[in-house]
Amino acid sequence: MSDEVLRSDRPPESGATRTGEFKPTLQLGTDHDLCAGCGEPLALRTILESIEELGLAQRTIGVIGIGCYTALTSLMDLDLIQALHGRAPSLATGAKRMLPDRLFFTLQGDGDMANEGLQEVIHAAARGENITCVLLNNGVFGETGGHMTATTVLGQRTKNTLEGRDATQHGYPIQMVDLLAPLGGTAYAARGSVHDASGVVKTKVMMRRAFETQMRGEGFSIVEILTMCPTGWFVPTAKGPGYLNEVLGAVHVTGEWKRDGRLLRGAEPEAPNEAKERGAV
Amino acid sequence: MSRRFMQGSEAIAEAAIAAGCRFFAGYPMTPFTELLEHFAAKLPAEGGVCVNAESELEAIGMAWGAVATGARAATGSTGQGLSLMQESISELVRAELPLVLFNLARGQGDYYQATRGGGHGDYRHLVLAPVDLTEAVQLTQLAFDRAECWRNPVLVYGDYLLAHTAEAVAIEPVAFDPLPSKDWAVDGSRSGSGSPRNLNPIGMVPGKKGIEPERFWKRLQAKHEAMAAAEARWEAESTDDAELLVVAFGSVARFTRFAVRELRAEGARVGHFRPVTLWPFPSEALAEAARGVKRVAVLEQNAGQMIDDVRLALEGRVKVVAIGGISSDDAGFGVGPMLEPERIRARVGAALAGREVQP
Amino acid sequence: MSQRGHVVIDIERCKGCELCIPACPPQVLRMTGEHNRIGAHYPELLSGCTGCRACWLVCPDFCFEVWQFDEPGAPGARPGE
Repeated sequence: MSDEVLRSDRPPESGATRTGEFKPTLQLGTDHDLCAGCGEPLALRTILESIEELGLAQRTIGVIGIGCYTALTSLMDLDLIQALHGRAPSLATGAKRMLPDRLFFTLQGDGDMANEGLQEVIHAAARGENITCVLLNNGVFGETGGHMTATTVLGQRTKNTLEGRDATQHGYPIQMVDLLAPLGGTAYAARGSVHDASGVVKTKVMMRRAFETQMRGEGFSIVEILTMCPTGWFVPTAKGPGYLNEVLGAVHVTGEWKRDGRLLRGAEPEAPNEAKERGAV
Repeated sequence: MSRRFMQGSEAIAEAAIAAGCRFFAGYPMTPFTELLEHFAAKLPAEGGVCVNAESELEAIGMAWGAVATGARAATGSTGQGLSLMQESISELVRAELPLVLFNLARGQGDYYQATRGGGHGDYRHLVLAPVDLTEAVQLTQLAFDRAECWRNPVLVYGDYLLAHTAEAVAIEPVAFDPLPSKDWAVDGSRSGSGSPRNLNPIGMVPGKKGIEPERFWKRLQAKHEAMAAAEARWEAESTDDAELLVVAFGSVARFTRFAVRELRAEGARVGHFRPVTLWPFPSEALAEAARGVKRVAVLEQNAGQMIDDVRLALEGRVKVVAIGGISSDDAGFGVGPMLEPERIRARVGAALAGREVQP
Repeated sequence: MSQRGHVVIDIERCKGCELCIPACPPQVLRMTGEHNRIGAHYPELLSGCTGCRACWLVCPDFCFEVWQFDEPGAPGARPGE
């Protein structure tokens, strides 16, 4: 390391190849209003890149829940259906039944999926609906400013659990992937985390596998992504990744929970060749 | 087309399928259950899908997804189930999605629900109230046509009698004018194009941050005003020299109309007015029909709901009296003793004579 | 120091979250004391970038574009003035 500051306002003049563009091809721009240090745009990138790489760009429809991530829809170059809070799996069900050869994913937060919409996602999984539900889990209602959800971990401080979530008063967190993986209709279930670069790469592997599972017609797939919400956790942005990994990650364990219909319970997904080649980590 | 003897539920399902409905989702509830059964039995053979939803919330969500792809889709329930669907109905109006809804209700207590709604915000949708199976077959097809014409949900409001009464009926296809193209429907084809579609209820535009709620809501208001001006439907008879005008809707109007015709044949100066659309309420037509009458008598099978719209239409110019009321069988399905023709006739006769009718 | 990679930083999109700083394996990103148009500090690039894309992977605001030099040791981006 040296203290020599390089110009970083333009690409090299020659002799270099661009290996990372500002935004994925399927993203309309880079301007969004989510908070500094938010993990949700990172999750969006894994979704958009996976769709592009699988060559499904013109066959994909997103069904969007309600939370901070709803604002990201302005960035998505995808046909979208906006759902009510919690209801995205049902909308995706009806739409997929009409267009069975398209790729359908839902984008939902933990408030959306684990609170208001728990019944919807469980039934969609049990029916083996050929859709992919994506859960962005940060353990709080971010959009309202940091309130307890069904995935908030014990001890976690939120605006309505000021002394920390206490099981005697507020009950226990629901681990969504653990809950959905054993259901007969679930073909693929995994939980990733975007707390660091390696986590982002692994999450994208999961996303691709879920989409591939759907396109093979094998049934329901769920990818849960742990995302930072420093605003809703009341921690500095730089401490977000550590808080996510150590506090939420200790309860919501990352890994693959079901693959090819086989229960794995938190196995590490092996890194794909493509990721190794790019030397991302 | 030949007539067949069938229940209202079967006739409605067949009419919907004849109109091109290819998706249905529902949750069993009396007296709606048979409609679900008939869709489940008939849709697969037509290349359609019927999903046995685990709740009314999910049923309307599934139908919402199906209709968003441009398919003709429907859902429904009984009033209680429609209560659960209200949040989605108000959002479907704002997302401008042409979903068809059926309320096969227990009596007529859901008039407010149907016309005012229990959802949030400013929203309106057509409400069609068939008087019998023949009209139900027509209005079911009309519902799909009007829904797509306006890109707005349409509710068909029937009851136990409509759902369960068997009559000889033909599923005559109704011819409609060509509809605008469905380029709003999502099929994934605009993904990756730089100008994708986003079917949402808040006026979001792809590629653009933020929303313009006031502009969006005002545009919807203008559409709903145009709907109100264009879509009122009614049936009026014997109103020219009437002293008493009886107003009723749906299955109940079949009884009142019968009683009015009998009384007319006996020389009584009584007329009959039946709103076919509950929203928009045919206010101007009612005001016209009530011109010169001494009294307007509203017979509805509830504690008094449509009577508000009747009074609003007449703006205090004519005395309006309630001659209906709550009347139910012991199971609560709304098949009450009030619906016996002689009782209906007695109530109309009392109103004609200027006597009060006890509910 | 020879450059294996290079990043272009869109400083106006940066919200100053600092996630890229610890994510960078060769530690060649450093927050400046400068403010952009929204008043956020943003990172600057020191020499020694490997083009590994870690910053690109963790940036929530899509501020990084990553380049890899075709031949290690190529002259690459010129140092700042």
